Amino acid sequence: MIALFFRDLKLAVRAGGGAMLGVLFFMTVVAVIPFGVGPDLNLLARIGPAILWIGALLASLLGLDRLFQAEREDGSLDLLLMQETPLLLTVFVKCAAHWAATGLPLVIASPFLGLFMNMNEPAIGATMLTLLAGTPAITFIGAVGAAVAVALPRGGLLVSILVLPLAVPVLIFGVSAVYAAIEDPAPFLPPFMILMAITLFFAVIGPVAAAAALRHSAD
Amino acid sequence: MRLLVEGLSARRGEDLIFNDISFALAAGEALIVTGPNGSGKSTLLRVLAGLLAAESGGLFLEDGPPGFKHPHELSHYLGHRNAMKRELTVEENLSFWQRFLGDAPGGTGTDLAAAAEAVGLADITHLPFGYLSAGQQRRMAMAKLLVAHRPIWILDEPTAALDAGADRLFSGLVAAHLGRGGIVITATHQPLGIGQTQALQMRGFVH
Repeated sequence: MIALFFRDLKLAVRAGGGAMLGVLFFMTVVAVIPFGVGPDLNLLARIGPAILWIGALLASLLGLDRLFQAEREDGSLDLLLMQETPLLLTVFVKCAAHWAATGLPLVIASPFLGLFMNMNEPAIGATMLTLLAGTPAITFIGAVGAAVAVALPRGGLLVSILVLPLAVPVLIFGVSAVYAAIEDPAPFLPPFMILMAITLFFAVIGPVAAAAALRHSAD
Repeated sequence: MRLLVEGLSARRGEDLIFNDISFALAAGEALIVTGPNGSGKSTLLRVLAGLLAAESGGLFLEDGPPGFKHPHELSHYLGHRNAMKRELTVEENLSFWQRFLGDAPGGTGTDLAAAAEAVGLADITHLPFGYLSAGQQRRMAMAKLLVAHRPIWILDEPTAALDAGADRLFSGLVAAHLGRGGIVITATHQPLGIGQTQALQMRGFVH
């Protein structure tokens, strides 16, 4: 299993792996917002956390469709399906590797992009923390979509459409936790706890559902 | 150890691809599946590998190692695709499969260098898999059979894209595996030139 984790990590950073693609997309989305909205620093600071979260959500959806499709195309998926190791463990490890390669760089890049949006330190810290807690959920939800669309040749957009409604709660509680942290009356912990609960919930449900979908997609 | 297949049939869509196939293979025996294109050879092998559900019947292992529910957990499957990543070097590919697959009880896999040597490509394991020619890629996919021990080999057209020398080399690998008490099921057009074999002729389905 450790071997699988490091293989996927290696594949993601090699040519064509697309680990940096998510970060570049994230950067592009956030960097063009100030040009579109205009140089109103207060407004930028106010919408900053939401923009960062939306950018991170879209960037994590990018490349999710390749999670199992690449394995299927070269026949590796057959071998992963045949083993004695439970398939849901294999799926979980693949998700963890995918998050480490694409989700974690987004979390690390978010403070720098927060400066683009004129956010202050508490807001940047809170955004980073909520992204760290919330982006794994997007990967686990996305794995289900990727498994359902594994046999479709142009499954990329379909995966995003399938996954987006399920990822909306992550976005809502992520952003509301950040606003709770920087605006005084609202408490930070309740939305943040719900965000973590969503992540834990999908960490269990996601691999089970994705494994079931993969079993039935075999041809 | 004996592999028993009883009354196996499989359906794809509406069509019954094959019906009521039964055979038994003891340790050290091979089954060669022949038949024209579209006669269901690959489907049969995928059912045996547990990748497709059988319509009826099933396969069982007699006197197998305890703790294994399905024969496919003790099988290597080499399909049309090589299951190797183009971006990784041959060595990284083989080392991943060796660690991920692990050894089934009753044997150990060879180390990477010996496996590459056995397929006659010892000196190019540092290259990315995508740089190799089709025949070299196929040989390296065969090396994958050696790095982790599995008593049952299920091979689908293993010698496609191979030259005559590699054909002989492959027959040698299969013979050695049978000699160690393994079981081989292979679909092929070329004769493999191994002694103790059973043959299964697929005729294709009738509408």
